[in-house]
Amino acid sequence: MHGDWEIVIGFETHAQLSTVSKIFSGAATAFGAGPNTQASAVDLALPGVLPVLNRGAVERAIRFGLAVGGTIAARSVFARKNYFYPDLPKGYQISQYELPVVTGGEVLIAVDGVEKRIRLTRAHLEEDAGKSLHEDFHGMTGIDLNRAGTPLLEIVTEPDLRSSKEAVAYAKALHSLVRWIGICDGNMQEGSFRCDANVSVRRPGGPLGTRCEIKNLNSFRFLEKAIDYEARRQVELIEDGGRVVQETRLWDPQRGETRPMRSKEDAQDYRYFPDPDLLPLAITPADIERERAGLPELPGALRERLMREHGLPATDATTLTASKALADYFLAVVAAAGGESKACANWVLGEFSALLNRLEVEADAAPVAPGALAMLVKRVADGTISGKGAKEVFAALAAGEGAVDAIIEARGLKQVSDSGAIEVIVDEVLAANPKLVEDYRGGKEKAFNALVGQAMKASKGKANPAQVNEVLKKKLG
Amino acid sequence: MHDKSLSALAAGLAARDFSSVELTGHFLDRIARHDGALNSFITVDADKALAAARAADARLARGEGGPLTGIPIAHKDLFCTKGWKTTCGSRMLADWVAPYDAHAVERLAAAGTVLVGKTNMDEFAMGSSNESSHFGPVRNPWDTARVPGGSSGGSAAAVAARLVPAATGTDTGGSIRQPASLCGVSGIRPTYGAVSRYGMVAFASSLDQGGAFGESAEDLALVMNGMAGFDPRDSTSVDRPAEDYARDLARPLAGLRVGLPKEYFSADLAPDVAACVVGAVEELRRQGATPVEVSLPNQALAVPVYYVIAPAEASSNLSRFDGVRYGHRAADYGDLNDLYRKSRAEGFGAEVQRRILVGTYVLSHGYYDAYYLQAQKVRRLIAADFATAFESCDVIAGPAAPSVAFPLGEKSSDPVRMYLEDLYTISVNLAGLPGLSVPCGFGDHGLPVGLQLIGNYFDEARMLRVAHQYQLATDWHRRRPALAEG
Repeated sequence: MHGDWEIVIGFETHAQLSTVSKIFSGAATAFGAGPNTQASAVDLALPGVLPVLNRGAVERAIRFGLAVGGTIAARSVFARKNYFYPDLPKGYQISQYELPVVTGGEVLIAVDGVEKRIRLTRAHLEEDAGKSLHEDFHGMTGIDLNRAGTPLLEIVTEPDLRSSKEAVAYAKALHSLVRWIGICDGNMQEGSFRCDANVSVRRPGGPLGTRCEIKNLNSFRFLEKAIDYEARRQVELIEDGGRVVQETRLWDPQRGETRPMRSKEDAQDYRYFPDPDLLPLAITPADIERERAGLPELPGALRERLMREHGLPATDATTLTASKALADYFLAVVAAAGGESKACANWVLGEFSALLNRLEVEADAAPVAPGALAMLVKRVADGTISGKGAKEVFAALAAGEGAVDAIIEARGLKQVSDSGAIEVIVDEVLAANPKLVEDYRGGKEKAFNALVGQAMKASKGKANPAQVNEVLKKKLG
Repeated sequence: MHDKSLSALAAGLAARDFSSVELTGHFLDRIARHDGALNSFITVDADKALAAARAADARLARGEGGPLTGIPIAHKDLFCTKGWKTTCGSRMLADWVAPYDAHAVERLAAAGTVLVGKTNMDEFAMGSSNESSHFGPVRNPWDTARVPGGSSGGSAAAVAARLVPAATGTDTGGSIRQPASLCGVSGIRPTYGAVSRYGMVAFASSLDQGGAFGESAEDLALVMNGMAGFDPRDSTSVDRPAEDYARDLARPLAGLRVGLPKEYFSADLAPDVAACVVGAVEELRRQGATPVEVSLPNQALAVPVYYVIAPAEASSNLSRFDGVRYGHRAADYGDLNDLYRKSRAEGFGAEVQRRILVGTYVLSHGYYDAYYLQAQKVRRLIAADFATAFESCDVIAGPAAPSVAFPLGEKSSDPVRMYLEDLYTISVNLAGLPGLSVPCGFGDHGLPVGLQLIGNYFDEARMLRVAHQYQLATDWHRRRPALAEG
């Protein structure tokens, strides 16, 4: 909400499918090769060549359809989208238009603990275009067709998002999902996961406003900024008596603003028609079952299981299933710890996630192995170390100082749980602080805490605080 | 030697009566002597041809030859041929050399055929008279003031003049059957999907199909055996067991039902052509076949439907010729749009530009439903008409072209009259069926007339059998223009 305005956002995401070869040719899809070294005769659109569909791309589309609970079309149709551009070698892009491979489905997001289901309109298969290189050619344009023909799944939502935060949550959830099911590497820098947002504003409950499509949102941070900027721009425009014009706008990260790319008036007539070079795409129930059998447990199902079998609160379950790497890590910790699910979740979502953020790595690349974290959880549970000591052990684990027990030993973090030793310390503290004892007996509860503090200090922090409490209470009667 | 049929030539090669080098040299010599008058070839390469002939002779000497090994052939210049120019009869590709072979070219080369040259054609196969070629018109060997038909006019004329014993062609709306009829040779367009379109430069993808020209149905069966076959690189190629197109040739026609569409024998048909076709049907009846009247009620819609669908696909297929990566690029241009505009305006001839404009129009927003979608619906009705007709007959017979060869220039300024040249052939393409044309007499001015036979899907063997049995009893296919005698 911007004042009395509601933001309405829909998403179009292009996820590059992780096939080894292109969608209609046998050329490789690897990123970073020399210009035009991965372009076959088909990608170059030489006269006489024909497209042949890569079933690997179809399998990935099926997996996506299953993961979002969409309908997988038994028959979908490839269509030609006709327009001239130097990096579009055939003069048309092969896409799907009237009959896409997946319709419907939804993606679950959570913002500030509130969950929301974002409806998908469709997901369709298409080929990517090449790249025009405007630098380094002295006023001319270079064409690199390595990317031409790379398989894409374009995933389109209903206009269900209402804030830039929800938009980011959706983009992250989708980003996690496509990697979870192994259909896209999600590399945003290399363009494997590209988001365009359709943004409009309206009075709550009113009719939808005119939308602008924002392109070039290649990071979650840009996405949030761009949507906020665009919504503010539209609100200010309308409040100043202006009118939003339907257009495509480009996010400029340097200037932190969106600017017009092309207006609806310039919109091309793409003259879509079914591609006569390709048969309609037929998907049988057996094709679908084969993909279903190969799918990992999906985030939604795992989330339910974490709540049901592990007794975790919904927010923990949602956050733990935000990425497959994190979820797998958590499950490995619990398995090694032999239970203690809630404590494990606290560690994974607390110290461990903070560490991942700091190092900017995924859970599967973290320097703390699940077994080590599980041991740490156990050592807290059995009273060997205090919560405070455990944090120190964790930091040492992250720094690669060795195994949990060795660190506890080396750093002298073992708690004193010997009741005889604790009684000696407590006696000394009581003897040295008659004023506090008197205050406590006079009804000052705070004095008790001060005595605990003195005892902990005397033990150099090693005494088991629970035991100190117990002994103090007994002695003070 | 050039008067022999393909099977006779194959027998001569196998018996070592002559070598492939001798045979190829003979045909190269004929091309050198006669093609100046016909212009049926765009490219001839004697060195490459003789090298291939030597390889074929070596193969024959090893006893590894097949029925086509050592036989000189020509390819229509839209089949990509590695190391040879493939121009499509267009300025756009005037100097383009394909880096790969079309599937049909690859298969025929593997069978041992000797490629002598690439034949002239209407630009991008768009035309029915071979006058739209950037390399000049082809002339009819029976009367060089007349057209050979099109778009595979170069192949038809070259076979008719015996400059080559067989040649490939493509048939999108009649581009094999109509020139075969006008040049007095046999020509077959197989079922859509029988010959791979890989390496065949596309005009209208859902209608294009490669086929062949030869003296007789028997020759066509031999070429088809070498040319057809499944190709995974063409998604519309049909994966069926290998076909022997000659398997049924010897069977007599007793009991065969020949469908005669009443719409084919109407006032549009020139009387001289009608007389020849009726005479041919009479011969089939004499051999024991039963003529049956059938109806193709949507026949009148075939030409208009075709001239929506074919240009629509062509407008998109020809978008790749943009002057960016290969082909003609204008010498002077301002911005990117100017590069496109000038390169395409200079590179494409008038007929190609006309069809790109029509195709772009019928696919445009607001017109798509009224034209393209409607045309696709009628196309299904046309296919259904054939399905109904084939319930009461085994093969359909009729004319291949509405008249004999016409003088150059007569129809070139009137596109609609030109389009009506394909009146009897186009519905076959819309339905995806096989069809052929064989010589069945001579009409006005002593010019050849073709009998068209249309078969059911993948029923080429039966269609070829009917043509072969007809040719056993007639000698129209053995008649030669004067030019072929010398």
